[in-house]
Amino acid sequence: MREFARLYADLDETTSTTRKLEALQAYFSSATPENAAWAVYFLAGGKPRQAVPTKLLRQFAIEYAALDEWLFDESYHAVGDFAETIAHILPPPTERSDIGLAVWMEERIAPLRGAEPARVREALFSYWNELDWRERFLLVKLIGGGFRVGVSKLLVTRALAAIAAVDSKLIAQRLMGWTDGRVKPTAAGFLQLIAEQSEDEHKLRGGQPYPFFLSHQLSGDPAQLGAPGDWIVEWKYDGIRAQLVRRGGQSFLWSRGEDLITERFPELAAARLPDGMVLDGEVLIWQPGSAAPAPFADLQKRIGRKTLSAKLLAELPAVICCYDLLELDGVDLRRLPQHERRALLEAEIAKLDQPQLRLSPVVVADSWEALATLRAGSRERSVEGMMLKSRVAQYGVGRTKDVGTWWKWKIDPYAIDAVLLYAQPGSGRRASLYTDYTFAVWDGEGEERKLVPFAKAYSGLTDAEIAQVDNAIRRTTIEKFGPVRSVKPTMVFEIGFEGIALSPRHKAGIAVRFPRILRRRTDKPVDEADTLDTLKGLLGAATA
Amino acid sequence: MGDMVVVRKEGLYCVPGDFYIDPWRPVPRAVITHAHGDHARTGSGHYLAAAPGIGVLKSRLGDISVDSLQYGERVTHNGVTVSLHPAGHVLGSAQVRMEYGGEVWVASGDYKVEPDKTCDPFEPVRCDTFITESTFGLPIYRWQAEQDLMDEINNWWRKNADEGRCSVVFAYSFGKAQRILSGLDASIGPIVCHGSVEPLNRAYRAEGVGIPPTVLVSDIDKAALRRALVVAPPSASGSPWMKRFGDYSDSFASGWMLLRGARRRRGVDRGFVLSDHADWPGLMSAIKATEAERVIVTHGSIPTLVRWLCQNGLDASGFDTEYGDEEEDASAPPAASSTEPAASREEAAKEEDNVQESAEGNANA
Repeated sequence: MREFARLYADLDETTSTTRKLEALQAYFSSATPENAAWAVYFLAGGKPRQAVPTKLLRQFAIEYAALDEWLFDESYHAVGDFAETIAHILPPPTERSDIGLAVWMEERIAPLRGAEPARVREALFSYWNELDWRERFLLVKLIGGGFRVGVSKLLVTRALAAIAAVDSKLIAQRLMGWTDGRVKPTAAGFLQLIAEQSEDEHKLRGGQPYPFFLSHQLSGDPAQLGAPGDWIVEWKYDGIRAQLVRRGGQSFLWSRGEDLITERFPELAAARLPDGMVLDGEVLIWQPGSAAPAPFADLQKRIGRKTLSAKLLAELPAVICCYDLLELDGVDLRRLPQHERRALLEAEIAKLDQPQLRLSPVVVADSWEALATLRAGSRERSVEGMMLKSRVAQYGVGRTKDVGTWWKWKIDPYAIDAVLLYAQPGSGRRASLYTDYTFAVWDGEGEERKLVPFAKAYSGLTDAEIAQVDNAIRRTTIEKFGPVRSVKPTMVFEIGFEGIALSPRHKAGIAVRFPRILRRRTDKPVDEADTLDTLKGLLGAATA
Repeated sequence: MGDMVVVRKEGLYCVPGDFYIDPWRPVPRAVITHAHGDHARTGSGHYLAAAPGIGVLKSRLGDISVDSLQYGERVTHNGVTVSLHPAGHVLGSAQVRMEYGGEVWVASGDYKVEPDKTCDPFEPVRCDTFITESTFGLPIYRWQAEQDLMDEINNWWRKNADEGRCSVVFAYSFGKAQRILSGLDASIGPIVCHGSVEPLNRAYRAEGVGIPPTVLVSDIDKAALRRALVVAPPSASGSPWMKRFGDYSDSFASGWMLLRGARRRRGVDRGFVLSDHADWPGLMSAIKATEAERVIVTHGSIPTLVRWLCQNGLDASGFDTEYGDEEEDASAPPAASSTEPAASREEAAKEEDNVQESAEGNANA
């Protein structure tokens, strides 16, 4: 744990990529394979399930520190991070231990899952007493399942590639599925990760997907990209990006976050695919006979459900709208140009002829102007805009442009002017600053006119703006409810969002997707902010 | 008999003695706990301070009428017996003990319980009422032993020097800077001090505090900077003065650096957790050692500390003062900072910033 805590501190303390890379390499060249395997799991974004409920962690920490709940809460508001709060309030340890990460994970933390509270208490008290605050911080993160570290997966890949002296693309490939949580990180697994390239690399792949090729945001005129004929144009769907993998007689559905989601979508798992095929596309809810996919909210209903009833499966049928073919007959096709992969994809989808395997249609027009006109109708099609894929692009690794480019050409978000009504402090870098806001719009007329909250948002302001707004919030506070403050309505913001749907669960009766602050409207008085009617008007446009 | 010390608009006021402690407005007679900008202000008629701090006080306030007291020496003023006792905060920092009619009050000023090499260590003084600061009044604040921290700084410096990279520590010119200097391993490389730090080094050396040899940046060869450690006030960060150091690694030394959020906001490579104030266990032990039954809490986490002390059987309440600094407002939890004086404190601190570099002594966390 000590060396992993040291690595974490090194990564956390510097903003320099070079120094982070040095720290990672130093760690991986000295750590034992079983510990390194777990480190890779966490650094690559693995999130184990919570081993001990937050409530118990909090209760036992308060008891161990001999404090009161309110004092713990005050401390938490100052720190902005649960694990860090616990790490700091506990009295210093009286013993020291240095046990490896793998033993911690497998022998000390895993058995706590579902254990009797008395047993958990005993274990935590003894663990806390042998660790310094940095290690305690990590321990609570590892137990609580909220571990995150300021290092990109790409950087971890580069560090491992340097240690292993193999191409980082190969490491990226081998890393697919590491963080899934179903496969336990092992010493053997780590050694395989950093092994030399082998003949049967492909066989070792199992059900793993390929690293996803990600697109870049297109800002500005698409004419800068040259002739439209050099580009394959498709709609940009708003679903779950996924790869459907068929190998060894089994199907695997992987989300872009590298979660295995096969069981969530039995109809896709049941699709009859030939062995050695990998499709890339978008999982959507699509009613038979409908011209457009259902809104994302419907997909959320499927994801959120623990058990999938036959009724739900019938009401909300899922499809994968395919736009790329990465493997055919066990052969990796990623180096073929986009148009060749597309031709193969079209032929295969036609041959398979199954309703849950849809082909993402190509949008054809002879000019950028004509495409722009079509794009303006995106909302009616329930899409977010267009994808522009270079005809000669290979299928790259991650958000790269080295072997060809995918552009997303999105429509502008919906925008509404709303009033800041509640605020609470952020966490991490924004701890103790008021950065999380609730926004409201006007509803009713005359005397009855009141502000109705409809969205929470926290991004989109600069540090200087945050400081101004934070100051204004402190000055205009009406009431405090725990960490939340209600403020006098004085500030108007333009709020952008991607989608809108009816929602009986929300006070305003609607729910918006990806709300964020576009800008502060210092020019606009509170009275002139938008109304709920205006907001509901957008609903019509979305479902038309 | 009423309270011996009350808050007036000018500052903390000793009623029977008819004098002020660290007034924030000009008054006829002021007792000064220490020379940081938020405690020692210009314009008062007459000052009283601890002997070791007189040099620094004069260098900051100019030509003032001031009497000095040795620690523990007693004087009687309007029937109040006044003595000053080490507070362990910075050179010459003092707690003010006042005895009148058989009752004893102590005003702590700013204090730190752990001893260090740059000033006399904190002395617990028994009293009936203790007026305590509360800058780090939350149980998350626990300082590591100073030696461990100095080892961290020296190791970081050594590593940078070996890699041919200059090390820059941002620290307040008065107090924090000298504390760091006193713990540096001068065998690693040359030590450079910013122009605002150097006069205070002189004052410390004059009082016999062991500060290793330091140079101004104008006196050092550019090539030698690659092994150097630079001590500069936080206001130098991002200024053109920094350009000469090339590819340097920077750090900030403050108690606030304990929290990751504060460290990331500061945007430096390293945060060294070094404070001139008492941590939570320090506040608790200091309060207990006074044996006071009544505690009055000033600047910092007033509501939190008051509630906790009341819960633990003490008669606790708060005083709203104008001590503290911008730094504190930026980093302290909203629930724990008093909202009203915040604006005026900030303004006061900013005004001083405009006057001269030394105003950063204000922000002395």
